[in-house]
Amino acid sequence: MRALTFHGKHDVRVDTVDDPEIVNPRDAIIKVTSTAICGSDLHLYDGVIPAVLEGDILGHEFMGEVVEIGPKSNLKKGQRVVVPFTISCGQCFHCQVQQFSCCSNSNPAEKQDMSATLYGQAMAGLFGYSHLTGGYSGGQAEYVRVPYSDVGPIVIPDHLEDDKVLFLSDILPTGWMGAENADIGPDDTVAVWGCGPVGLFAIQSALAMGAAQVIAIDHYPHRLELARKLGAQTINFRETDVREALMEMSGGIGVDAVIDAVGMEAHGFAIDNMLDIAKQKIGIGADRASALKQAILAVRRGGRVSIPGVYGGMTDKFPLGALMEKGLQVRSGQTHVQKYTKDLLAKIEDGTLDTTFLISHRLPLEQAPKGYKNFKEQQDSWTKVVLKPDMELAA
Amino acid sequence: MPNSKGKAAFGVGLATLGLTAGVGALLAARSKDRPARDDAPNSAGRRGYQGHDIVGRSVTIAKARKELFDYWSDFANLASFMENLVSVTKDGANDRATWTIRAPAGQTVDVVTEVVANRPGEMIAWKSVPESQIKTEGNVTFEDAPGDRGTRVSLTIDYSPPGGELGKAIASLFLREPQIQARHDLKRFKMLMETGEVTTSARRKSETRAAKIQQNEKAETA
Repeated sequence: MRALTFHGKHDVRVDTVDDPEIVNPRDAIIKVTSTAICGSDLHLYDGVIPAVLEGDILGHEFMGEVVEIGPKSNLKKGQRVVVPFTISCGQCFHCQVQQFSCCSNSNPAEKQDMSATLYGQAMAGLFGYSHLTGGYSGGQAEYVRVPYSDVGPIVIPDHLEDDKVLFLSDILPTGWMGAENADIGPDDTVAVWGCGPVGLFAIQSALAMGAAQVIAIDHYPHRLELARKLGAQTINFRETDVREALMEMSGGIGVDAVIDAVGMEAHGFAIDNMLDIAKQKIGIGADRASALKQAILAVRRGGRVSIPGVYGGMTDKFPLGALMEKGLQVRSGQTHVQKYTKDLLAKIEDGTLDTTFLISHRLPLEQAPKGYKNFKEQQDSWTKVVLKPDMELAA
Repeated sequence: MPNSKGKAAFGVGLATLGLTAGVGALLAARSKDRPARDDAPNSAGRRGYQGHDIVGRSVTIAKARKELFDYWSDFANLASFMENLVSVTKDGANDRATWTIRAPAGQTVDVVTEVVANRPGEMIAWKSVPESQIKTEGNVTFEDAPGDRGTRVSLTIDYSPPGGELGKAIASLFLREPQIQARHDLKRFKMLMETGEVTTSARRKSETRAAKIQQNEKAETA
């Protein structure tokens, strides 16, 4: 089959590799019909996530048709499914309490030591996201082996086209959980850093949860425009003093909740962020957390901090004093996708949530490297790239 | 002892290495009483104390005690999650069993054990028979985890450090690996009991660890 593989920093290629096959009884093989490039794939592309090896197949947002099933799968051949990016067994303690992204069985035993050393406990398995999370082959390919296929994939009714439901695999539930973790009430003002896909879906979710006011922070005019269309007010951090603006826009109280949908490669001009950029370049595991630091200073006393943005290592000069002295609550984590897919599919079906506005480009899988390059370099206009293995190459 | 691939010709040292890797034990000196300063189990490392005392690891498995005990007490099942174990066959008399264990260079070694304690649903302990070339003993305990969390399974394995210069050299070379093996074997036991399968990220059957270990053995014996 053809698949997008990693060859080094800013070097991904579409190669011919062996097809996947059923390995364990609960497996299914999915023939991919749509797969997206995620903002977090750019962290892999930029080489800031460790343990990505040459030849690894990337991609964790995908859907397709069931073409093969193991004896313990409950899927049927021919069904259309969206596959959550988190791999979850459904039976361990964590899965039983719906902390699906904390599954203690989905990362193979021999792969757990690295993340256990970094984080104290091992991470769960994720598709196409380094050997820290299991070294699973990802979804930017013609076919994918899906373990525990009786737990993760959600069956899609025929009348819903791919573009409407693909984002159930990651960014829609990630935006939703980002808003849920901010514990939003009806009188709340919520500020969201980053108007990429997750940030935009967090804005949409916060408004659906009844927030009185949502303020979006970014520096790309087109992305801010998308946020405005969803009903948010906007701040361009290149032109405006963000903290001062937020204090004024919240009547001197500070915003009730903040959502960091930026993560480890934040842009920013403060001296400490410049130092972090330097450290990241020489590969000493520093996360650039300037959005999060700003959010912690901007949130009101007793407020909530939600972090859907991805971090992988350590950060310096963290405003720990502000966190403690202001009495903040912090919630974060990889998304417990399986917990949200059913409800969010219903919201897509009844029209409460629309996700298609986000897609700026559709490309054949063969042009995935171009998709990565442009998504990285032209973030203003390339808001979301969807790859279609069956799409004809343009002449 | 029958052995299809020929006896390991390494003497006690290497044979013992193979054994501990196979049953997933930590290598350590035999247990001595250490001063109890808190409630941490002896398998936890302690500052200022030379290494680990007794060796072992615990996991919590979301399954009933009896089910886990029954699976483990049939030693023939152990090879389904202990990576370096080729097989365990019961010898019949006196609860004896022959463990066939992977050793370096495509060899295998055999060790004969007998069950020395068996409290159904709670604990099972085994020990190598006196005439065994390899000395080892181990036990696995099953206790109800707090609340609804299932069962805590703890594995402890002791072994007599091999004597002589060769034994020391081998122990120092491979000391770390059995610790890792112990952790991984118990995790695979948990996966198998909870999910019905041992988790793998391999894209094809020929790329699983089990398949690769067999391929390596073939290559080494060829």
